[in-house]
Amino acid sequence: MATVETRGLTKHFGDGNAAVNGIDLASTDGEFLVLLGPSGCGKTTLLRMIGGLEPPTSGDVLIGGQVVTDLPPRARQIAMVFQSYALYPHMSVYNNIAFPLKAQKLPKTEQKQKVAWAAGILGIDQLLHRKPRQLSGGQRQRVALARALVREPNVFLLDEPLSNLDAQRRASARDELQLFQRRVGTTTIYVTHDQVEAMGMGDRIAVIDQGSIRQLGTPHEIYDDPADTFVATFLGSPPMNLVPRGGDLLGFRPEHFIPADVAATEAMATFPFHVHREEYLGAERLIYGEVGDAKAVARFPANVVVPAAPGGTYDFAVRRGDLKIFNPTTGLRTDRPV
Amino acid sequence: MTATVAPPSVPATRQPRYLLDREGVLGPLMLLPAVLYIVALVGFPLVLAILYSLSDVTVGDQSIDLIGFGNFTAVWDNGTFQKALRNTFLFTFASQALVLVLANLLALILSADFHGKRLVRFLILLPWTTPIALAAIGWLWMLDSVYSPIDAALRSAGLLGPDTPFGPLRNMLWLSKPDLARLSVLLIHTWRTLPLATVILLAGLTAIPQDVKDAANVDGAGFWRQLIYIRIPLLLPIMTVAVLYGVIFTFTDMTVVYVLTRGGPIDNTQVLASWAFLKGVEGGDLAQGAAIALFLFPVMAGVAALMLRTARRTETS
Repeated sequence: MATVETRGLTKHFGDGNAAVNGIDLASTDGEFLVLLGPSGCGKTTLLRMIGGLEPPTSGDVLIGGQVVTDLPPRARQIAMVFQSYALYPHMSVYNNIAFPLKAQKLPKTEQKQKVAWAAGILGIDQLLHRKPRQLSGGQRQRVALARALVREPNVFLLDEPLSNLDAQRRASARDELQLFQRRVGTTTIYVTHDQVEAMGMGDRIAVIDQGSIRQLGTPHEIYDDPADTFVATFLGSPPMNLVPRGGDLLGFRPEHFIPADVAATEAMATFPFHVHREEYLGAERLIYGEVGDAKAVARFPANVVVPAAPGGTYDFAVRRGDLKIFNPTTGLRTDRPV
Repeated sequence: MTATVAPPSVPATRQPRYLLDREGVLGPLMLLPAVLYIVALVGFPLVLAILYSLSDVTVGDQSIDLIGFGNFTAVWDNGTFQKALRNTFLFTFASQALVLVLANLLALILSADFHGKRLVRFLILLPWTTPIALAAIGWLWMLDSVYSPIDAALRSAGLLGPDTPFGPLRNMLWLSKPDLARLSVLLIHTWRTLPLATVILLAGLTAIPQDVKDAANVDGAGFWRQLIYIRIPLLLPIMTVAVLYGVIFTFTDMTVVYVLTRGGPIDNTQVLASWAFLKGVEGGDLAQGAAIALFLFPVMAGVAALMLRTARRTETS
């Protein structure tokens, strides 16, 4: 087991822009740490530098307290799962899983035991003789995980391992993956652009944009207490409403935006909400409209009847405690202790 | 859903389908040019060659009188045939074995990133783009018995001439000594087919996903392990294609031998193709020429079958 740390990690590609810009990040031992950000934000580059597949322009990577910046991937005691799974197409599942062990020159009998153990944990014992092309997406993902697990690495690096699965399979894979990580207790760094994966699986989430960490915190902190407007609007679907008022930018979640007359009596901020249209999504109902010139959305459970017909303007309110205040020019929170 | 829609009671009138929209018409129509081409340029000559080989036709008397397998037995019993057959296989398989090793090496080097890569790739492809006859004439000069620049280089390196390793003559006489002549032909075939094989392998190398290479890196495989367990196995199908192409080009080639040595010295570099030409066209015995050429047929058919199999495999995997 080990921790992962980066110190001032920076990567410039040819064009002069920093893909990763001086990132300081430290995991705790056994943590499930998610790197979340839009595509092109530098999260995969960061992961590849941690894995040793990409040499950093400057800065250091530490694994288990040791500086490994100049070590090749094979010397870092890490295992990686790729978005494409990167199984060796010409090898059977058994040989795929055994490949890292063969590279370690482990005796054949030990290889056999370990492959059986890893395949058992991931429930792919029946597939060992198959070739990758004969497997479904979910099975391939498990083989990739088994190949990562089999050498008992200090750190797992996972690069969007669920994005090639269909939506249904992804939900159950999320569940399995988290259980699996809890069971083996290996420090895991998980890259994704999917906020549901990040919120659902991460112990902590690092929200990354343009090569820098915007916020690092638990899913609760990230969602309820965003550090800036980027984090506020990147998480949540639909994202946080941002409404200018009195020189500030007020942020509130759609589910906190409710008709003023049904609101409790405690301190509320009210807004005139001009309703444009309503979206019925089965379990919930979204009401789209404007507050002043700013677009806003309110979200209700579908079984709650709300007096808000398209075309009308209604008084809506948000509890003071659910309001976040941002600086409109910097985008940073002004009401949050740093 | 419980509602059903009643079918319309009015009989539907139907527009006839356009002639070219019918698969039964369009398909054969589009295949026709290819079929015509193959029948005229492959099928007809092949049938003609078989007929010739079973007859006594010559340049002087082109009436086809069938005489059975006499031509084949006569050719088989000819001492030159044994030499030509041996040389054909030697040149083909030795050159392709060399090509296989060298092309892998070159492709590996060229797949790395370095300055001037495009230029080097272009230069490597040049031998392939040169017409065979011109290249062979170039080599004829290079291997000249008196003025060979290779000999001159060897001489100035102190390797050729009196009291030197290759001495005492001042020339190697590349094309006059049987062994050296065979070696020359062999190396020219290698030189000629190497570029295509390299480019094919290079394409194959670039087609290996970066993720797979990264995974092998993370999994702890060093250069040799990656080469032997990942790269070469993944390249195998495309390597087969490269070698099969090389086999066809070398096996059927008559130009190199014809230009360089005309089969000499004393038929020591003769191959089936050049002998068939010398006998059938220059010697006027069309029937025997056809019989000699037809000995190429089983090997070519086998290679073609292998190629089709590889192609089908790559399709299905």
